Amino acid sequence: MSNALSKVKMPYLLLMPGFIFLFTFFILPIVNLAQTSTQTPIVGGDTGQYEQTLHFANYLNAFTENKEQFARSFVFALCATVLALAIAYPLAYAIAFKAGKLKNLLLVLVVAPFFVSFLLRTIAWKQILGEEGFVIPTLRNLGIISQSTTLTSTSFAVVMGMTYNFLPFMTLPLYASLERIDPRTMEASGDLYANGITTFRKVTLPLSMPGVVAGTLLTFIPAAGDYVNAAILGSPNTKMIGNVIESRYFKIVDYPTAAALSFTLMAAILILVTIYIRKAGTEELV
Amino acid sequence: MSDVSSATHGDLRLTRITKSYGDFTAVNDLSLTIAEGSFFALLGPSGCGKTTTLRMIAGLEEPTVGSIHLGATDITTKRPYQRPINTVFQNYALFPHLTIFENIAFGLRRRGIKDVTADVNKVLELVELPHLAQRKPTQLSGGQQQRIALARAIVNRPALLLLDEPLGALDLKLRRQMQIELKWIQREVGLTFVHVTHDQEEAMTMADTIAVMNEGEIEQMGSPADLYDNPNTAFVANFLGQSNLIKGRIEGTDGDNLVVDLFGQKISMPKNRSHAVDSSIYAGIRPEKFRISLVGTPTRGNILTGGRIEDVSYIGVSTQYQVTMPWGQEVMVFEQNDDGVPPFDKGDEVVISWEPNFTFALRGDEDVEAGLEVNPEEPEEE
Repeated sequence: MSNALSKVKMPYLLLMPGFIFLFTFFILPIVNLAQTSTQTPIVGGDTGQYEQTLHFANYLNAFTENKEQFARSFVFALCATVLALAIAYPLAYAIAFKAGKLKNLLLVLVVAPFFVSFLLRTIAWKQILGEEGFVIPTLRNLGIISQSTTLTSTSFAVVMGMTYNFLPFMTLPLYASLERIDPRTMEASGDLYANGITTFRKVTLPLSMPGVVAGTLLTFIPAAGDYVNAAILGSPNTKMIGNVIESRYFKIVDYPTAAALSFTLMAAILILVTIYIRKAGTEELV
Repeated sequence: MSDVSSATHGDLRLTRITKSYGDFTAVNDLSLTIAEGSFFALLGPSGCGKTTTLRMIAGLEEPTVGSIHLGATDITTKRPYQRPINTVFQNYALFPHLTIFENIAFGLRRRGIKDVTADVNKVLELVELPHLAQRKPTQLSGGQQQRIALARAIVNRPALLLLDEPLGALDLKLRRQMQIELKWIQREVGLTFVHVTHDQEEAMTMADTIAVMNEGEIEQMGSPADLYDNPNTAFVANFLGQSNLIKGRIEGTDGDNLVVDLFGQKISMPKNRSHAVDSSIYAGIRPEKFRISLVGTPTRGNILTGGRIEDVSYIGVSTQYQVTMPWGQEVMVFEQNDDGVPPFDKGDEVVISWEPNFTFALRGDEDVEAGLEVNPEEPEEE
């Protein structure tokens, strides 16, 4: 009897630590954030003092004032995701199928940037793309960019920084799903009259879709909310929604607008991701 | 894509094929002709080069030296998708993201055939699984996947169908059933089947011709009966079934027969069943060819006296005896339990005898252990 009871209780017991953690550090803050998002300044109060007035217009104001930054966030995140996919897919493919003994070393190298702080790595990009770096002189000498063109403080720099920073999040899920493919299915495709390109289109790519979906989500979601890359590598003209939230919260201490922006961002990402997963149809895959 | 399947037909000819990986030679100077329409088996232990040979025929490996012809066409360097050859892979390699129907239609679609429904349905009927067309491969049992893998290959009506240990993953009972079924399907569709296996029973059940491979070379090639009754080498004698190999010396001839001395006892055997190069030989006799009798009972044919029964194993259809001969060697004797005579007992003094025509002779410098130390049941890792 007691045995059967503990069997029923066991899963819940195991879930407890995670649940307590999530409750304290996710549910409570999010409820708090939701409350904050509809507050208005206390009349005659100090800066940063707000009261609950269920002022839902905060959302409309927050959105209409920052439409441009919202749009930029999603465009930048999309660009970074596409670029990261273009770089990571061949890389993950090579590690999974062609690396041989170098496989583990290459995987370590993919993760190696994590040993250095995110901020430092982003600041390093500032130098790479700066006047003193090698990229600018090379591109100028090759005539690809004019002598007066700079790369720092541009949209290009922000997208490059995000692409670089999120590359491992794209590479690892791609590798994991490519590595799981039985190479014999690719041989079978060749055996059944498919050339290399057709085999990729009809066998390898469809079988790696779980990795593509996981990788693009792991890149797109944090990239859309990112503000470090835009802050360090961009200019006031390349502000993303993350930068707006950051400055509203820490500099202007306009908590309700920051909270409303956060919720709007969350909702937008949630909707986009849901549509994406529906379209990609990963649940059909094994 | 061009219709490769109707382009070439005819016998498959491998000419002096060698495949090396660095210092390791997987296949060594191998020449082979496989007649159109035959069921051909490449049989050998793990690492003998049979799978490498198959992969070269499929185009998945390129020979280091040598050429491969299909009919009059040289296909040595053709890519797999350019060859009218299809493979049933070990573990099947079905496409997990496609339905059974689309798996089978894959080859047809790649060749630009628009209406595949009739062909796919016909081949699904042939393997008796038409109701599974819309399932995914993971929803099928091993035996069903095996049939689908076969259907996916034969639907293309290739000039040559390669089977790489196709039954290796199935349990014994299902394997037996599929052996018979495969043989039937081969006759039904009339394609050339090349079958790679380490299982001698499987090869003997299905193939018209077997090539026994060892260390990258063909030891012997022939019909299952040829190989079993008259092996040329100790490897073949031991790898296909069991053999008693007794050291001996050719003393002279008597018409079409050889007179052979086995530890002081004279026996006779046909000249044409000797593969020896000089007078030093191993005389080979299959265990079931021996007859066993108590000392004093009349016997005929070749006789060896002085045996003592060391061990008796009753296994229903037959009884297996281990008999120690005067020179210390233990020989195996299988007696059918079909004569109502109670089995002999351990310690009985016996005479063994056999028909001289069942004797074969191998070279005296052969390694009598060849083909024994390898475990033929071990799955191939190549």
